[in-house]
Amino acid sequence: MDMKTLPRRRTLSRRILGIGAAVFLGGLAAGCDSGDKKGLTVGFSQIGSESGWRAAETKLARQGAEQRGITLKFSDAQQRQENQIKAVRSFIAQGVDAILLAPVVSSGWDEVLGEAKAANIPVILLDRQIDTPNVDLYLTAVTSDTIEEGRVAGRWLAGKVQGRDCRIVEIQGTVGASLVANRKKGFEEAIATAPNLHLVRTQSGEFTRAKGKEVMEGFLKAEAPGSICAVYAHNDDMMIGAIQAIKEAGLKPGTDILTVSIDGVPDIFKAMADGDANATVELAPDMAPRAYDILLAYRKDHAPPPKWVQTPSKLYEPDTAAAEYARRKDLY
Amino acid sequence: MSAVIQRLKAARPQLALLALALLVNVFVAPGFLDLRMQDGRLFGGLIDILNRGAPVMLLAVGMAPVIATRGIDLSVGVIMAIAGAVAAAGVNAGLAWPLAILAALATGLVCGLWNGLLVAVFRLQPIVATLILMVAGRGVAQLITEGRILTFTEPHLIAVAGGTLAALPLPVVLALLAAGLTGLLVRATALGLFVEAVGTNPRSSRLAGVHTGLVLGAVYVWSGLMAALAGLIATADIKGADANNAGLWLELDAILAVVIGGTSLYGGRFSIGRSVLGALVLQAMRTAILRAGLPPELNLVLMALVVAAVLTQQSPAFQPLAARLMARLKNKEARV
Repeated sequence: MDMKTLPRRRTLSRRILGIGAAVFLGGLAAGCDSGDKKGLTVGFSQIGSESGWRAAETKLARQGAEQRGITLKFSDAQQRQENQIKAVRSFIAQGVDAILLAPVVSSGWDEVLGEAKAANIPVILLDRQIDTPNVDLYLTAVTSDTIEEGRVAGRWLAGKVQGRDCRIVEIQGTVGASLVANRKKGFEEAIATAPNLHLVRTQSGEFTRAKGKEVMEGFLKAEAPGSICAVYAHNDDMMIGAIQAIKEAGLKPGTDILTVSIDGVPDIFKAMADGDANATVELAPDMAPRAYDILLAYRKDHAPPPKWVQTPSKLYEPDTAAAEYARRKDLY
Repeated sequence: MSAVIQRLKAARPQLALLALALLVNVFVAPGFLDLRMQDGRLFGGLIDILNRGAPVMLLAVGMAPVIATRGIDLSVGVIMAIAGAVAAAGVNAGLAWPLAILAALATGLVCGLWNGLLVAVFRLQPIVATLILMVAGRGVAQLITEGRILTFTEPHLIAVAGGTLAALPLPVVLALLAAGLTGLLVRATALGLFVEAVGTNPRSSRLAGVHTGLVLGAVYVWSGLMAALAGLIATADIKGADANNAGLWLELDAILAVVIGGTSLYGGRFSIGRSVLGALVLQAMRTAILRAGLPPELNLVLMALVVAAVLTQQSPAFQPLAARLMARLKNKEARV
């Protein structure tokens, strides 16, 4: 009997203590609360931790919340929409002040976002958009412009080779992703203005290092020796694989074959610092801190932000690579 | 000698397929068959296919005996990821490279033992038993790499994929050695017979005195070991352990290779050599598709068409059908 009741009694007393403390602290907070900027509580439903980039996004979400005095309630959905819906419902039940959602899929959000709206809790989408007929369901979406990423890469290459004839090979991401179609489209737009740039081969490297390497090996075999002038990869990881393939073919990446890729992961900065890569377009991982600032501004002046806030697609070259690598290697 | 000729005769369909796949490569890239020696290593299209195909060859070598026992091992792709992560984390933590490689291989053995235990002792259906590790294992690998691609610079570990032995890339040598050793184990001893007996009729083979539990356990342990070796090669190839992607879906390629090699999923007769040929057919097709310069949207469609054609042609129901069709066509021609 005693064994059974003891822990229960302890939790009860702890709960009483907790309530007491909450009342006390609440009183304190009420005493010094000068607006609602301090003491915001934000719920963040993250997709998972499937890549270094996403881990960095999560880390910056926590850091940014701390810097702004925001209490962050974090939930990892492990790639499942039902977990995200559960997390959003639990945030609503807890009465958070706002919800950040990085949606794992683009459809099926109407109902749960409707519940958030009914509870008057603004939702900010991070990193990806959703399909919904009712855009009033969310306050804004903070994402990168994936077409612009491709354009930045293409413009850089056009500027780099000047008027020289250049045969380009492209390593795409996984076929079917909208991101892939966009990064391809933007790049093609940018090089279409330069008649000396020709996209001669394109193949999918499925966003992985191993496939990127295999695809580049194929390109190097299929094209006449020395005829490839540049390689464009839809992400840095495939480029890191491609760089290895170029080296193993006895060529010098970054010199014999120019490289430009997208994401800005630490290892591509390392490759640039070593002279093996030429450029990367950053997909900024600080989406959550941007969302916090939008949210704070919105709470202050109640002017709704634009429906789509684009993060900058900044291009990095070897000159800053060593410093950028040092800055990022512990973030990812 | 006659035994070798008999084996080659048995492998006629697979050899014909491989020849066909290589022909496609020649058509796609002239000069594909050229071989040249450079810095003591052979280079050329054939070597590329052997080299890129080595991981799936290894998986198929482990998978063939498993399938012969009427089992299946869905966890091999994940074991590749775990073994690679162990090796990379090992050398990065300052472990000597031979120890890191041994640790990775031991990890494969442990994973295989786990599968074997579930199948042989707890009598779980193999597809379910190995599904457990397939689902959970990538998480284990991610825990080891902390979700990042764990890069390393240890030259000996990199040499597992980049090294050369007897003028061949080391992965090719390792895959051929593993295939040879496995072939010897199953054919020079009664082991292969036991494996086939368990797959054909577990009950009667037990009554005949075969220790079925031991045989079942052993094939999964061996499959785990082969997968770990494949994982080492895949990891060394990109000089980093990619827990999310290493070996992803390769278990399906391995099963396909074994099936193209003429082994039935209902168990029974199997052949290591023909399974290796099956893996090479797959790789030759993949290489041809990658080099053909077709839009990447077609990759999977083409692969599926080829596999469908190959398997239909091997199906016992298809051959009389095809014969009848041919006869009817001939009749029509005769009438015209």
